[in-house]
Parts: sequence; structure tokens; C-alpha cells
Amino acid sequence: MSVTLLIEQLLNGVQLGTMLFLMASGLTLVFGVMGLINLAHGSFYMVGAYATAAVTASTGSFLIGLGAGMAAAAMVGALVELLVIRRLYHRPHLDQVLATFALILIFSEGTRWIFGSSPMRLSPPSWLTGFVTLPGDTRYPIYRLMLIGVGIVISIALYFLISKTRLGMRIRAGESDREMIGALGVNISKLYTVVFALGAGLAGLAGALVGALQSVQVGMGEPVLILAFVVIVIGGIGSIKGALLGALLVGVVDTLGRVYLPIFFRAFMPPSEATGVGAALAAMLIYILMAVILAFKPKGLFSAHD
Amino acid sequence: MKQVTRLGLGLLLSSSVLAAHAEEVKIGMITTLSGGGSHLGVDVRDGFMLALEQSGRDDVEVLIQDDANRPDLARSLANEFMQRDEVDILTGIIWSNLAMAVVPTVTRQGTFYLSPNAGPSDLAGRMCHENYFNVAYQNDNLHGAMGAYMREEGYEHPIIMAPNYPAGTDALAGFKHLYEGEVVGELYTQMGQTDYAAEIAQIRDSDADSLFFFLPGGMGISFMKQWESSGVDMPIFGAAFSFDEILIKAVGSAAIGARNTSLWAYDLENEANARFVEGFQAAYDRMPTLYAAQGYDTANLILSALETAHPDDKDAFREALRAADFDSVRGEFRFGPNHHPIQDIYVREVVEGDDGEPTNRLIGIAIEDIQDVYFEECQM
Repeated sequence: MSVTLLIEQLLNGVQLGTMLFLMASGLTLVFGVMGLINLAHGSFYMVGAYATAAVTASTGSFLIGLGAGMAAAAMVGALVELLVIRRLYHRPHLDQVLATFALILIFSEGTRWIFGSSPMRLSPPSWLTGFVTLPGDTRYPIYRLMLIGVGIVISIALYFLISKTRLGMRIRAGESDREMIGALGVNISKLYTVVFALGAGLAGLAGALVGALQSVQVGMGEPVLILAFVVIVIGGIGSIKGALLGALLVGVVDTLGRVYLPIFFRAFMPPSEATGVGAALAAMLIYILMAVILAFKPKGLFSAHD
Repeated sequence: MKQVTRLGLGLLLSSSVLAAHAEEVKIGMITTLSGGGSHLGVDVRDGFMLALEQSGRDDVEVLIQDDANRPDLARSLANEFMQRDEVDILTGIIWSNLAMAVVPTVTRQGTFYLSPNAGPSDLAGRMCHENYFNVAYQNDNLHGAMGAYMREEGYEHPIIMAPNYPAGTDALAGFKHLYEGEVVGELYTQMGQTDYAAEIAQIRDSDADSLFFFLPGGMGISFMKQWESSGVDMPIFGAAFSFDEILIKAVGSAAIGARNTSLWAYDLENEANARFVEGFQAAYDRMPTLYAAQGYDTANLILSALETAHPDDKDAFREALRAADFDSVRGEFRFGPNHHPIQDIYVREVVEGDDGEPTNRLIGIAIEDIQDVYFEECQM
């Protein structure tokens, strides 16, 4: 196995991790601040991708599309919070799961109704296609490098937002004690709407960025949602830092597992069996990782509610 | 006088034939109209309905239900159709796992089932049934045909890739069966996987001269878009399931140059196909896919059999189906002993169409008169 393959796979893992972080940060904020389990988070991912595909197709500019996708997801998020989610804060988690699951069905069928059931076209702009040659003769797609860059920028921006601004202070306060900050006169319902829209916007951005690389279709958000839940459970529910670390961990472990497990088994098994066993085990790897971490740290790596 | 005699003879000899036209025929269609990959079900339905419309018959009633790609739902829909609606014929299922959940019970209870898409190996082999007809293909057909084509074209070190589920492993087995050479690697991906960076890096790292893959639906779109920007320069091959007209439009320029095997192409020259493609475009304002062609052929097969017998006369209707006396849009079509097609498989290449959008162009025949390898296990 060559070093270039390892470098390339590490980059792939980090890239997957940064996109998972965009999804997981919103999910973990919403859970941390409002105590809400939001299964419909994957729908914002889909909304972002569809809005970007539609706007990119009509304006011809990927950047305008990207902005529109993020804005559309944030707007839909705010609307959903005002109309539905608001009524769920005082309900048990099971009610929240049921209601947000219903939202998934509504969003999926609504999207099909508007855009049809065929996948939509969304490709990276021409100035982001192609690849760069990294040291050691590793070829790496420019678009994926850009995704890593965007992930880093968003992480830093979120860090400043949470730790240096008034909004961030309120979010942190909301995470530690929801009732107290309401009693202190902070407009809690406005804060909730803003946090929810922020999370939805980030999910929409992730959907738009990843949609250009994968396919824009109904139901695209659900597989990512499952991974995002794994990430926030590993990282500790409610913790942005935990989400970042968890996302990178899941991204790298998943990518490397898929490549190296089949190779590992090939050392002492016939090739076709090794491929099958390796692929099956690779699919389970992140869940095994989650189980191991929870065994030692039941609340995840960085729990917000210690 | 002559007419009176004929009428009398008719009344005496073939009251069942007269009844066939007088009595309504009920067809139940269970297909995937929502959820991922629903464009397959939509096309099967639209192709099927187009054939009925073109026939001008008003004594055939079609009941359509959406299985949402869920085996349990498909099964309960099938029971509903058989018990409440008492349909004569069932059809429509897209996915092999759903077909396995539904078809054996349906055929055992004496209802006819005609598959417009799924062709799992069990239903062609040990679990075949006299009331089951596959009008599309056995699952291995297109993959095997591509194996034969690639060997013919002189590719000596292909790397092959499919998702790790039954149809995926079958696809690679089918490919290897007719490729008959050494493959340099086999990659199994996860079902529903969307990111293929890890696989692409492995393909680049191998010394393969070509890539064959089976990634149906959205998986294929994701893979090809990522393949294009990876800078790997290697010809790619697959079955039509990753290259139907709808998918390649979503993929865009990344699909150009890919070659794929299909049992049908819209530019295949025969009378039935011209009528189908024109009719489909006029009715639905889009290009048909192979799924639409399969739905269309399924309906025409049923209509041709109805000319001779009503499904109530099971033996006569079965014989009429087996004769396959209809004009298939794919040219020659006949059934093997296990009621699966023996047909030519074509090769298409994705090219840039007149409107700048990618489209499939017929470039030749991959293999003639292909038959599945399971028919010997079938005992009817």
C-alpha cells in the first residue's frame, strides 16, 4: 500500500468529517439548547441541495445558488420552528420524534410534488472541477479541497460566534440552564428560532455542497442524518467541540476502514471472501467505535451537561 | 347464411373466447412510485399505460398502487389485489427483494404474475413457477453481456465494483461468468453509499485498464460525478441501470463516453419501437427509459395473450403468454423453458446529444440470444 493512497484517504476522511460537522453542529445545538430531538434535520439538508440546484440552473451561478440554498434552508427552518417545533419543547422525546418524523415525510413528498421524482442536476462550477497534484504525486480533486476549506472556515466562525458574541453567550447560557435565562429576561422564543434557523442553514449549506458532488434527490438527507446522530453521540450531545471532534473521527475511521479492512483480511483469506467480510465489517466500524467510546465515556467525549 | 353458421359455430365451440371479450380483465400493478428510485416505477407504469391506450381496448382495467419500495407493503397490496379486487394478473414490481416477497405467494395461489423489471436468480431457477413470466431480463443478463463485450474489446485487467447486497454480488458473479478472464480487483461498496472517494483512490492505485460497475439509482450519479473530477483516466462500463436517460441527465457531462449494456435502446430500428418512442414522447413529453420499454412490452404481451384466451382459462392463457406473439420494441423476443427471455443485449454509448445533454446511442450488439444460466434448475 502506497503512502500516496494513505494521504489521499486521510484527506477524504477529513473532507467527509467537515461535511458531517456542518450537519452535526446544528443538530447538537438544537438538542443542547432546546432539548429537542430533530429527525427532520436531514430535510433541511435536502432543501438546501434542491434550492441550490434550482437557483444554479436558472442563474447559471453556483455561488448565488449556494447562498440561495443556505438562505432557503434557514428560512424553512425558521418557519418550521414557528409553526411546529415550538409546540414540542415541553413534550416528551417520543412526541418530538414522532412529529419530526412526520416532517420528514411531508418534506420528502412535498419536494417530489414540486421537483418530481427524478434526481436533479447540480455540478460544481468549471473553476472548481479538475484536480491538483499534491506533494508525493497525490492527485486530489479541487472541489474536495474546497470543501475542507469551507469546513475549516465555518468551524472557526462558529467558534467565534459561540465564544465571543452576545448570541453565543445566550446559546451557551441556554445550554446550561434553559429556565434561568428565560427568567433573566432573554427573549427565549426568539433565541430558539434563531438557533434553529442557524442549524437548518448549516445543514442546507452541507446539502448544497455535497449535492454537487453526489446526487440531489428525495431522501438524500436521511443517511447523513444517521451519521450525524452517531457524531453527536460520540462527541457528547450539545457540545460543538464534541461535534467537531466526533465528525472528524467518524469521517477518518469510516474512510480508512472501507479501504484498509478488505486489504487486511486479504492477508489471510481468499480475495473474494476477504472483500465481502472487510466490506461488511467496514460498514459496522463507526458503530463499533461509538459503542467503545460510550462504554468508557457514557456521555460522549465532551458532554455539555456534566 | 354464412354469418349465421359462423355465429352458431362460435356459440357452440368457443363460448370461452366470446366470454374473453365480453368479460373485463383486471390487472393489479404494484410498483414504486415514491421514495428513492421511484422514476423506475413511474416509467414502467407510463409505458404500460401507453400500450393499453394505443390498443384502444376498454375492457382491461388496471389498478395501480405504490409500494414505496417496501417489501411488507408490497406483500399486503398483493393480498388486497387478489382477495378484495380479485385481479386476474399482477405486475409492476421493480426491486428483486420485493419480488421475492410477493411473487411466490401470488403464483402459488393461481394468479398470473408478469415481471416488468426484477429478475432474481431464484425465480428463474429453483423457485420458478408456471404462472410467473419475466418480460424484462434475468438479473445477470446485462452484466454478463458486458463481460462478454469487454473481453471481445480486448480489456485484460478490469476492476469491478458493486454494492454489498444480493443483486450486487449477483452482478459481479454474472460479469465474471461471461468475462472468463482475470479481474484485478473486486470492490464492494455499502448500499446507499454516496461518497466514493475511498473507492476511486483504490481504483487509481490498482493497475486496472478498465472499470465495470453496478451502482443503480442515486449511487451511480454520485459515483460518476466524483469519478469525473478525480482525474483518473480509464474507460468505464456498466449495465443500463446506471445509465438510463433520466440518470445520465442528472450526472451531466461526467457520463459522456461510458458504455453500457441494455436490452433496448430508443434508437433501435424496428416498427414497434418507433411507434413506442414517438407515442411516449407525445404522451409524456420526455424520453422513455428501458423501464418504460419493459412496461410497454409487458402490456403488449398481456394484450396479445388476451386475443386468444381470458386469464380465467388458465391453461390456455398461459400457453398464449408462452407463445410471446407480440411485436417487442427490442426486436426478437422469446421465452426460455423457465419463462425468462432469450434476447439480444445491445451496447450503448453515452454521447452528447443535439441539445447538448448527454444521451445514449446504440453502438452494437454485446451478445446475441442470451439466456440465463438458471433454467436447468427450474422444474415446472
